[in-house]
Amino acid sequence: MSKLLVIAEGRDGALRNVSFEAIAAAKKIKSDAEIVGVVLGKDDLEDKANELIYHGADRVVTIAHEKLQNYTSEGYGQAVLAIVNDESPDGIVMGHTSIGKDLTPKLAAKLDTGLVSDVVDIEVNGDRVEYTRPIYSGKAFEKKIITDGLTFVTIRPNNIPILDRDESRSGDITTKEVDVADIRTIVKDVVRKASKGVDLSEARVVVAGGRGVKSADGFKPLYELAEVLGGAVGASRGACDAEYCDYSLQIGQTGKVVTPDLYIAVGISGAIQHLAGMSNSKVIVAINKDPEANIFNIADYGIIGDLFEVIPLLIEEIKAVTVEA
Amino acid sequence: MNIYVLLKKTFDTEEKINLHDGRIDDDGAEFIINPYDEYAVEEAIKQRDEHGGEVIVVTIGDEDSEKQLRTALAMGADKAVLINTEEDLEDGDQYTTAKILEAYFEDKEVDLILAGNVAIDEASGQVGPRLAEALGIPYVTTITNLTIDGEDVSIEKDVEGDVERIETTLPLLVTCQQGLNEPRYPSLPGIMKAKKKPLEELELDDLDLDEDDVEPKTKTIEVFLPPAKEAGRVLEGDVQDQVKELVSLLKNEKKVL
Repeated sequence: MSKLLVIAEGRDGALRNVSFEAIAAAKKIKSDAEIVGVVLGKDDLEDKANELIYHGADRVVTIAHEKLQNYTSEGYGQAVLAIVNDESPDGIVMGHTSIGKDLTPKLAAKLDTGLVSDVVDIEVNGDRVEYTRPIYSGKAFEKKIITDGLTFVTIRPNNIPILDRDESRSGDITTKEVDVADIRTIVKDVVRKASKGVDLSEARVVVAGGRGVKSADGFKPLYELAEVLGGAVGASRGACDAEYCDYSLQIGQTGKVVTPDLYIAVGISGAIQHLAGMSNSKVIVAINKDPEANIFNIADYGIIGDLFEVIPLLIEEIKAVTVEA
Repeated sequence: MNIYVLLKKTFDTEEKINLHDGRIDDDGAEFIINPYDEYAVEEAIKQRDEHGGEVIVVTIGDEDSEKQLRTALAMGADKAVLINTEEDLEDGDQYTTAKILEAYFEDKEVDLILAGNVAIDEASGQVGPRLAEALGIPYVTTITNLTIDGEDVSIEKDVEGDVERIETTLPLLVTCQQGLNEPRYPSLPGIMKAKKKPLEELELDDLDLDEDDVEPKTKTIEVFLPPAKEAGRVLEGDVQDQVKELVSLLKNEKKVL
């Protein structure tokens, strides 16, 4: 029987959804594989370990260490490698997140193996597992196979559905002692700038503004709309270049690529560079004054009008409808 | 300081992607320095101007990659290295690229290596960290600020919108994120000077590598375009009605509310 490690990660004290998606991905790669979850941190890891089991992991290995409180590639690298040495897995699956992107290439180099990153779909074709990933920021896709070495993949958040949570599932949770040493990159502190709660790349709803929003102040109604929808705010390169908002919000070929269920483009003309970052969203709504704006060519629904008139009405209507429900 | 920049050429961000015989069609496409690598070139030049030393830009590619190297030289880099794999390699992956770079760097004295945090074409973001690991030096990805004081390095790193302040030491590899700097345009005198700056061309042989040493671990079996998105409906009527209709469509038809 084969064995796949799933490296979980947390944010704000809870596990990120992508950790559960990674379990589902591992099951897709090999439906009868033993799924071993990995939880790292400073302390209190048991609840997280249980959550992994409820979401489909067969058992979980945890490592608690002071030096694992903040992620560093060296700390996490040593911890994961210690587990890899114990378990000799056939593969590793992790989220393609800030931490996943930072850690997995290091592990792949250390383990002298390949790595297929940013996978959005997994298909089994006979003996062959095919991994689909976007290239050119979603302007195209490629299917890859692993020809040698470990099965090592990172998955893009929001694309592989999680398995149903089942509290009746149980599994072993083992704690491993590891001496984490020689950390050369020290995290001094973390300055919170990101909007609370919903991360842009994992958000189910994204409200994005462009040059048409006209100012940093103009983004306020967009934040309100995002809050009502439980979503996150993003921006076009034009809006970032004009300093209406921080570059960390930029969506496009430079910037983030997002695939939410609902993307609301506000005052965004729809340059190719921007479309690359969002055109694979499930439903796209465009609000723009200019009826000729390119964004209307890919939007499911368009409203031609002044965003400062439309958005407050939209917020009201959504509130009214969701209260009904 | 010996400052190295890892550079890749990519399609211009305004290019549409078309397929030809199941591969990306690059016929007539405009190529640019990968935008994130541009930040790396700019930062390397700034750090050199502050601390002295030289900036060496390294790329793996084909003959045409000289153009992007000359652009980096015109911006102000001192030397360029083209590892030309056109004749030796048919396919490669990030494992391949990192192995080649590892061989190149094996006998180099390195203080700082800068790279883009991701290339906008294949977007794996693997090569920087892989190389750092192979060379046994620390790395920090997606940096938005870099301050060097002797051997000590202070960094601001973008973590999904939050900022981590990190302290570390040279030698070091960093990958650059948007917001780090504003890459300069090459000046006309810069472009003239760049023509005379040294550009070394290497092949796998020169690095004591053969094809087997760098054989990829993964393979692309298919490339395809996403289904063309059809233009949807522009709503009509008075704004209040449009908004009502939109919310109803999102809720009842698309079920996303």
